[in-house]
Amino acid sequence: MESLTLNHFLTLSAILFSLGVFGVMTRRNAVVVLMGIELMLNSANINLIAFSRFNGNLDGQMLAIFVIVLAAAEAAVALAIILNMYSNLKTVNLDEVDQLKE
Amino acid sequence: MEVIMFWILAVIIVASAIATVFSKNIIYSAFSLLFSFLGVAGIYAMLSADFLAVTQIMVYVGGILTLLLFGVMLTNRITTMSLKTDVFNFVPGLIIAAVMLASLLYVIWVTGTWAKHSPAVWDTTVESIGTLTITQYLLPFEMVAIILLVAVVGASYIARKDKQNIKS
Repeated sequence: MESLTLNHFLTLSAILFSLGVFGVMTRRNAVVVLMGIELMLNSANINLIAFSRFNGNLDGQMLAIFVIVLAAAEAAVALAIILNMYSNLKTVNLDEVDQLKE
Repeated sequence: MEVIMFWILAVIIVASAIATVFSKNIIYSAFSLLFSFLGVAGIYAMLSADFLAVTQIMVYVGGILTLLLFGVMLTNRITTMSLKTDVFNFVPGLIIAAVMLASLLYVIWVTGTWAKHSPAVWDTTVESIGTLTITQYLLPFEMVAIILLVAVVGASYIARKDKQNIKS
């Protein structure tokens, strides 16, 4: 059996990214769209860490730490917006939210 | 051994991601996402990124997934409404995702020489990451701290209920 190469990890991350894109494009519920975004961020992190490992320096891991921090901030703000949307419009389906004001 | 571990983790990650994306029940989506995050943490550990594997489990599984579950609970009337959501735009989404996947895989497998240097194996990365954080990456570190503070304060202001009382 051959040993692991960089392409293994890149392929896994490409599949994960495409699944995230599919989730963002096809789901109506805003929370599930957020889950798709988290999948895409995770696939980007796999890429960064794989490149960091196979190029022999730690810069990719530092970038991945910043991606994780920004993902946490983004999830907090997005869920606050979703809660507000629910209390104002009584729905979290993205195709029903088509007004700028109540 | 390493190759077998990689394939097990890859199957877990991809299967849970597929379940997340395709499941009609939001709770099932959230719990599939849990296994996907754990598998990604295993991949980090395989790539000798031990600090990031632990960070992944703590931040994603402990923080973001809990936040998402709270979002699901608070935005669905569990007694009156079922937690179902449907998949729409199925064919265009599938086409775009498949085209994106095909082009990514084409670029990855056609470009043969991604890795310039020899792969590194670190015993532990915690010490090096700590040194890099306070030397080379000090400014981004401080900026990201301020961004996190502002985002959390802003999020708790946006999400609070008695906004009208505060304004008046």
